[in-house]
Amino acid sequence: MIVIDQLSKIFKTNEHELKAVDDLSLSIEKGEIFGVIGYSGAGKSTFIRLINRLEEPTSGTVEIEGQNITGLSKQDLRVKRQEIGMIFQHFNLLWSRTVEENIAFPLEIAGTSKAEINTRVQELIDLVGLTGKEKNYPSQLSGGQKQRVGIARALANKPKVLLCDEATSALDPETTDSILALLVDINEKLGLTIILITHEMHVIQKICHNVAVMEAGRVVEQGNVLEVFSHPKKPVTKKFVEQVMGKPDEELTDDLLIKHISDGHVLKLTFVKETANQAIISEVAKHYDVDINIIQGNIKQTQEGAYGSLYVQMTGDLPAVEQAIQFIRSTSVDVEVISHD
Amino acid sequence: MTNLFPNIDWMDLLLATGETLYMTLVALVGTLILGTILGLLIYLSAPGNLWENKIIYSITAGFVNIFRAIPFIILIFLILPLTVFLFGTFRGPTAALPALILGSAPFYGRLVEIALREVDHGVIEAAKAMGAKTSTIIFKVLLKESMPALVSGLTVTAIALIGYTAVAGSIGAGGLGDYAYFYGFTRRDMDIVYVCTLLIVIIVFVFQFIGDIITKQIDKR
Repeated sequence: MIVIDQLSKIFKTNEHELKAVDDLSLSIEKGEIFGVIGYSGAGKSTFIRLINRLEEPTSGTVEIEGQNITGLSKQDLRVKRQEIGMIFQHFNLLWSRTVEENIAFPLEIAGTSKAEINTRVQELIDLVGLTGKEKNYPSQLSGGQKQRVGIARALANKPKVLLCDEATSALDPETTDSILALLVDINEKLGLTIILITHEMHVIQKICHNVAVMEAGRVVEQGNVLEVFSHPKKPVTKKFVEQVMGKPDEELTDDLLIKHISDGHVLKLTFVKETANQAIISEVAKHYDVDINIIQGNIKQTQEGAYGSLYVQMTGDLPAVEQAIQFIRSTSVDVEVISHD
Repeated sequence: MTNLFPNIDWMDLLLATGETLYMTLVALVGTLILGTILGLLIYLSAPGNLWENKIIYSITAGFVNIFRAIPFIILIFLILPLTVFLFGTFRGPTAALPALILGSAPFYGRLVEIALREVDHGVIEAAKAMGAKTSTIIFKVLLKESMPALVSGLTVTAIALIGYTAVAGSIGAGGLGDYAYFYGFTRRDMDIVYVCTLLIVIIVFVFQFIGDIITKQIDKR
């Protein structure tokens, strides 16, 4: 468990004072993937650097598994940092070292024996899927492969926490997905707590359990990803949700629906935390004497199930349709009747 | 051969070439050590860096700037008392070494500082995040990552040094410059001047060639 209490970082220039992180408090459970999202300048980059004190906090405390990081001496902090892995937007690999030498670097720093380094490096190379690339130099790798080296390097000393500083922002969408899948994989395999910062909502949507939204150095909204997705409160959060879900007015308006579909019932099904959503449609079709026509839908998968809505047209005898609606309501899917003939 | 270069004593020429190489190589080692220390001190003590320190920064940067500003021929005369104190004489290749090192180390120090500044700040941050000591960051990150620039900088410095040895020759340091000036120019035996020039050019080319090969070998960017 990581507890961040009233953390602040103020940058002072001659006349100016900038509160990059402003009285921020958070707690992050052990083993979860915690996302911090915000636009550039929101202070998220400073925030993640305060956790391992690459930036010294102006005030406040950071506690990792009961140990106060902010109170450590320089010497103790160096040793503690070996337990906190970090990956970066631009990978920050040593170009003068091969893949295996890059991964060995943190082990050299920790004073691990040569023989141990060799076995550990090979384990890590296999874990991140870089087998066969051991002797390559970073300049010979693609962006995604470089980030895999970064991840292997960050995991070398078996950290308790992994900090990800915009780890996928420099990658193309496909590579982003594969890196995100790798992060989920190591989170599950190693039980590692992951804190990531990003400006991309789909990163949060795909892998995070909990999310905090940052604006002007403060956390303006936080909670379970599904909760934040389905009930965004602050304007900035709504904007981020729109990144993934599209703008509400891009969805079919009720008027438009009624104008074009004169037959049967038009239903809006809302999925929150539904894991078996595909089966619902086929089950209804199988067990009730109704026809279902999907008009439009927008459903996103998150770490804790699907979230989104689906517009369907249902035709058939009134009793059958009503029974079908009853059935859907008995699951966790919400039904709203938009129109009926 | 004797007809083409009637005035050359080939043994003297060989000796002069040996002296030039001796001065260049020994001064290069001294320059490498002193210049690297100077470059590191300027870089590390600069604002925002690992050992941020205004006093050390001002002293090292000032030292480098002053010694780079003094023309080499004047520097030789300026430090004559030091040379005489150290070696009892100001003649001969060994006596030329302090002037050669003091003349080229500040130059190389600047090149070292520039090379270090080119190291990606993110890589240093990554090393810090891994819990690296400052000494580890200096030797395994800063110097290692900037190695190609350090080597090509050393090549440039070595070539400047060869030129300095010839200048030092004019006050009796020995070497090809000395031979060309006293035996060639002052006696109007121009064949000696031409041969010495040719040899110096060949030495410069060899240094440049070796430097380029090493730089290419270690550059994995």
